[in-house]
Amino acid sequence: MQSKLGLDFKKVERAKGLAKEIANEVQAFVESYSTVAVERTLCRLMGIDGVDANEVPLPNVVVDDLKAKGVLNQGVLFYLANAMVNTGMTPQQIAEKVSDGSLDLTKVPVADKAELEKVMQPVIDKSINKIRTRRQYRENFIETVGEGAKPYLYVIVATGNIYEDTVQAEAAARQGADIIAVIRTTGQSLLDYVPYGATTEGFGGTYATQENFRIMREAMDKVGKELGRYIRVCNYCSGLCMPEIAIMGAFEGLDVMLNDALYGILFRDINMQRTLIDQYMSRIINGFAGVIINTGEDNYLTTADAVEAAHTVLASDLINEQLALLAGLPEEQMGLGHAFEMDPMLENGFLYELAQAQMAREIFPKAPLKYMPPTKFMTGNIFRGHLQDALFNMIGIWTNQGLQLLGMPTEAIHTPFMSDRFLSIENAKYIFNNMKSIGDEMEFKENGIIRNRAKEVLDNAIALLEQMTSEGLFNALEKGIFGDVKRSRVGGKGLEGVVEKGANYMNPFINLLKGRK
Amino acid sequence: MAGGLYSMSAKDFDQTLDLTKVKPYGDTMNDGKVQVSFTLPVPSGAEAEEAAKLLMKKMGFDNPLVAFYKELTPGFTFFNCYGNLTHTVDYSNIYVPKVESNTMDMHECDEYIKENIGRKLVLVGASTGTDAHTVGIDAIMNMKGYAGHYGLERYDMVEAYNLGSQVPNEEFLAKAIELKADAILVSQTVTQKDVHIQNLTELIELMEAEGLRDKMIVVCGGPRISHELAKELGYDAGFGANTYADDVASFVAQEFVKRNK
Repeated sequence: MQSKLGLDFKKVERAKGLAKEIANEVQAFVESYSTVAVERTLCRLMGIDGVDANEVPLPNVVVDDLKAKGVLNQGVLFYLANAMVNTGMTPQQIAEKVSDGSLDLTKVPVADKAELEKVMQPVIDKSINKIRTRRQYRENFIETVGEGAKPYLYVIVATGNIYEDTVQAEAAARQGADIIAVIRTTGQSLLDYVPYGATTEGFGGTYATQENFRIMREAMDKVGKELGRYIRVCNYCSGLCMPEIAIMGAFEGLDVMLNDALYGILFRDINMQRTLIDQYMSRIINGFAGVIINTGEDNYLTTADAVEAAHTVLASDLINEQLALLAGLPEEQMGLGHAFEMDPMLENGFLYELAQAQMAREIFPKAPLKYMPPTKFMTGNIFRGHLQDALFNMIGIWTNQGLQLLGMPTEAIHTPFMSDRFLSIENAKYIFNNMKSIGDEMEFKENGIIRNRAKEVLDNAIALLEQMTSEGLFNALEKGIFGDVKRSRVGGKGLEGVVEKGANYMNPFINLLKGRK
Repeated sequence: MAGGLYSMSAKDFDQTLDLTKVKPYGDTMNDGKVQVSFTLPVPSGAEAEEAAKLLMKKMGFDNPLVAFYKELTPGFTFFNCYGNLTHTVDYSNIYVPKVESNTMDMHECDEYIKENIGRKLVLVGASTGTDAHTVGIDAIMNMKGYAGHYGLERYDMVEAYNLGSQVPNEEFLAKAIELKADAILVSQTVTQKDVHIQNLTELIELMEAEGLRDKMIVVCGGPRISHELAKELGYDAGFGANTYADDVASFVAQEFVKRNK
C-alpha cells in the first residue's frame, strides 16, 4: 500500500512484532487457567439457562457449587458430562437438580473420556449450529437486503428501559443510524453474573441480558427490513462476565461488542489476570459469531492528554490486535479504538487528529476502526460542540474509519434526546456525503506537520512497546503505562474467580470455535 | 417558514435597562428574544406547528415563530422556535449562596498552606456509589488537571489520594480515616433519577452516625452540583461546572484555617 503519510512500513512491522511478543507472553499465562465466567459460559453453551427461586442464574449455581467444593479446576464440562452419562438427563435438568440440592456433581462416578465426549457431542453441535445460523442470517440479510456504507453511523440509546430503548433505536435507524448501542446500567461490569429476562430499570442504561438482546435484535430486524438496511446492535461484552455476554450475544445475533480487558483493568479496576483469561474465551466466541469487537483505547485520552499520550493508544491497539489474532478473531472484525480528544483550542489540533486517524487507518488497513467523538472538551456549549463533532466527522470520512461513534452536541449535559441524535446524524450524513472522496484526492506534504506527527507517534509507540517487551504487559500495567492509571497484578475485582486447569479439564469449544465460521 | 431577514417592525417598547425588570436580549434592549427547541410526540403538519405556537404562548412568549420543524420518526416532530418573552425578573433582589473563599492559583495555595497551616493537607477524593465516571474527580485531582488548571496531585502542599470510581460510601470513609484526611471530595457525574442526591445524603448520614462530620471538611462536585444544593445536603461546599482544582484547594485551605483558629 502507498502510504499517504510516508510511513515506514518496516517500522510498522517492527511494532507489530513487538506487540506479538507481548501478546504471546500473556497467552502463555492465559492458556493454563480458567475462570468462573468461562465455566459459566460453558454451562450456557451446554444449554443451561434460567434462574433459581432467588433469581440466581443456574450457570452461577452450578459453577459456584463446584467452586465451593474446591473442584472447579477440573472444569464444569467434566462434571456435567459425567452426570449426563450416569443419569441420562440434559444439562438443564442436571443444573436444576444441583439447584434443588438433589444432585452432587462431585459424587457422580467417573466415565471414560470417549464416553464423555460422545454424550456431549450432540449438545455441542446444537449450540454451534445455533450460533452459525444467527451469523448466516446476518450475512444473508446484508447480501439480499443491504447495509449502510462505512463509516457506519453508531449511536447510543440509554433510556434505562429496554422497551423505551427500542422506540429510540427505531427512530435513530430511520434517521440513518447503522449501529445501535444499548448502554448498560452503571455498575453492571462489576456484577459476577448476568441478570435474567427483560429489564426496565437501571442508571444511565439498562442491564445487558439475553432477553434484552433478543428484544432489540428483533426490533432492528423489523425496522431494517422496512428501511432496506441491516441495523447492527451493539452491547458490552466487558467487565466480569466477558465470555458469558459474548455467548448470549452470539445466540441472539448481536453484531458489535465492546470487548477489551485492558479497559476493564484500567477503568473498572478488574483484576488483570481474571479479565485477560475471560477475554480470550470471549474473543474466540466473538470471532466465530462474526461479531465486530470494539476496544477501549479512546478512554485513555479521557484521563491522559490526547497529544502527549497518542502513542499509548497506538501501542495498545497493536497489542489488542495481536491478542485478538491469538483468539482467532479476524482483522475484519477488529474495531480497534481511538478518539478525537485533543483540546479544541490547540493550534493545528485538527492536523494532529488527522495524522492520528490516517496513521491508524494505514497501520490497520483491514480493521473497521472505531472512532470516538470529543467528550472531554465538550462544555455544555452545544453550538461549539456541534462544530467539534463536525470536525470529527470530517476526519472520519477523510480517513475512512469503520465505526463512527457520533458525538452529541449535548454531551456532558444529558443522555441523548431523540432530537440530539437527529442533529448528530444529520451532521454526519451531510459531511460524509459532501466530502465523500476527499481522502482519495488529498495527499500530505512531505516533511509537513501531518507526516511528521504520524512519524513521531509511531516512533514513540515503538519505544514504548520495546520497554514493554522487556518487562511484560502485567508489569507495565502496574507502572501506569496506559491512561496514567496504575493497577496491581493481584488487586482489583475478580481474582478469586480464577483457577488453574486440572488434569481432567476440558473445553472442546476452543478448538471448535477458534478461527472458524 | 422563517420570515424576512430584517425586522421591520417598529420597536415601540421602552429600551431602557431596568434591573428590576430584566428580560432576555436579542439585539435590542428589552426585546425579550429567546430561542427554544423541543420535540412534540405528534406527527408533522399544520396542527403540529400550531401546537408548538400554543405551547410557546403558554410559556409566556409573544409572537411565537416556528422557524424549522421536522418529523424525526413517525409521530415525533422537532421544532426550532423563537419568541419574545413577556416575563421579567428582579435582578436587583437576588441572593445566591456562594463558596466564600478567594480562589488562589496553585502556587498561591501552596504558599498559603505553608504559611498558615505548616504541613501538607490530606485530601481524599472519589467518585462514589455506583458512579463509574472518573472524569470529574480526575479533572480535579490528576496531576495534569483540566483546562489549564493543575490537579491537586501537583500541589506541593497537598497530599492527594484519588480512589477512583464506584467506591462505596463506607469504604470511602474507612479509607479517609486511615489516611487521616483533612478533607474529602466526592464526585458525582451520573444523575439519572437523582441517584446522586441519595448517594450524597447517605454519605453525610453515615458520617453523622459515626461522629465524623465535624472532623473533616466535606465537599462535593459534579456537573449538576451547585453550592446551594451541597449546603442543603449538609456539605461544606459544592463545586459545579466551570470550577477547577484551584477553587477546591483554595476553599479547603481557607476553611481549614478558619476552623483551626
